[in-house]
Amino acid sequence: MTKNPLIQIQRRNGKPALPDSRVSFDEHLKMQDLDLRASKIEILQLNVGKLCNQACKHCHVDASPTRTEIIGRETIDHCLEVMRKHSIPTLDITGGAPELIPDFRYLVTEAKNSGALVMVRHNLTVMFEENQKDLPDFFAENAVEVVSSLPYFQEQQTDAQRGSGVFEKSVEALKHLNAVGYGVEQGLVLNLVYNPVGAFLPPEQASIEADFRRELRKRYGIEFNNLFTITNMPIARFLDWLRSSGNEQSYMNRLVNSFNPATVEGLMCRNTLSVDWLGNLYDCDFNQMLEIPVNVSNAQHISEFDVRELEGRRIATNSHCFGCTAGSGSSCGGAVG
Amino acid sequence: MSYYEEQDLHNFDKVGEHAPELYEKFMAWYQACQEEGALSKREKALIGLAVAVTIQCPYCIDAFTNSSLESGSNMEQMTEAMHLASAIRGGASLIHGVQAHNAHDKISM
Repeated sequence: MTKNPLIQIQRRNGKPALPDSRVSFDEHLKMQDLDLRASKIEILQLNVGKLCNQACKHCHVDASPTRTEIIGRETIDHCLEVMRKHSIPTLDITGGAPELIPDFRYLVTEAKNSGALVMVRHNLTVMFEENQKDLPDFFAENAVEVVSSLPYFQEQQTDAQRGSGVFEKSVEALKHLNAVGYGVEQGLVLNLVYNPVGAFLPPEQASIEADFRRELRKRYGIEFNNLFTITNMPIARFLDWLRSSGNEQSYMNRLVNSFNPATVEGLMCRNTLSVDWLGNLYDCDFNQMLEIPVNVSNAQHISEFDVRELEGRRIATNSHCFGCTAGSGSSCGGAVG
Repeated sequence: MSYYEEQDLHNFDKVGEHAPELYEKFMAWYQACQEEGALSKREKALIGLAVAVTIQCPYCIDAFTNSSLESGSNMEQMTEAMHLASAIRGGASLIHGVQAHNAHDKISM
């Protein structure tokens, strides 16, 4: 696994005859007179572990079927307690494939019973793993908001990124979700996630959403609610691919040169607190993978949760943050700018 | 080392060194042409790619392949655009065959 959080990006400011300069993300914010701080915590994003039935080429978690890191009941209970005590309205469950964790259904039902909106980042193909056939019904019973990656509406691109046979299984899974009402009935939300299959930025969200809706309906009769565009983050497995394919420098330049200050206000790190499978706290899932902790002195673990310290904290940044501020911006909820 | 280097595209501004006003006017025009208008950015990127292939400009092919992908086109659509432009170019050659016919007919019994 490649981890190099200190990497800095060469930035060209566009004026003639000036040499390339190295400007960090923080310095870039200062140049724009921007201050990136957390606001009220509205989403607890819990990464329950790195175990996954897939091993996607762009995965920032380095998740795969051979990973063994998974959350335990004690950490889950700490998270549930914090959500109840501080009335955090949304639990966003991610992984890996969260459904493979033994306590997944306990986590979902307990969070739901305490009144939270529960979102699950569901990779679709996990539905065909052992004992997972009833997932659509389980999701529907708990009104889970399902967020599923489908990088393209064609097989070639999807399988190139997510593995051979993934597209066909994903289409089948989407049909199962539609059959129980997802993407069709009110209250059963099915959102899809597009990310580029390569070293380029996502297209405009509304435009590609319209393409997905038209093509998935025409080819497979599939319905969904929204499509979110997400930029590939230059960390972990995607960074490995950028380097091995000779695209690292040009992609980094693309991100930096596409910096859009209008995205900063809506960045997900401002209202989301990320928790890892051990209970450690981060500003986002990407910082979690780079092991860049929250900028606070005493509340770095869910068991030490202190809302006074966490709200208003300065967000810890590094060069990968240019991925969230490029073009229309990127977050777990899609474009932000 | 070849005549065409990828880095050259990033040094485009060098051509403005001896005629900055002309370069700035060109860049303003070039960028304005690619903005959303009566045609979408996606349509314009596909036109740009088709033209780039036709005039065989490696810099433009790089740039408009990127902008086509970033505006949501896929390789099927990009390939159709490239075929159309190439077919027009081929047709433009072939139509001159009529002139050969005319020349032949003029001097033949």
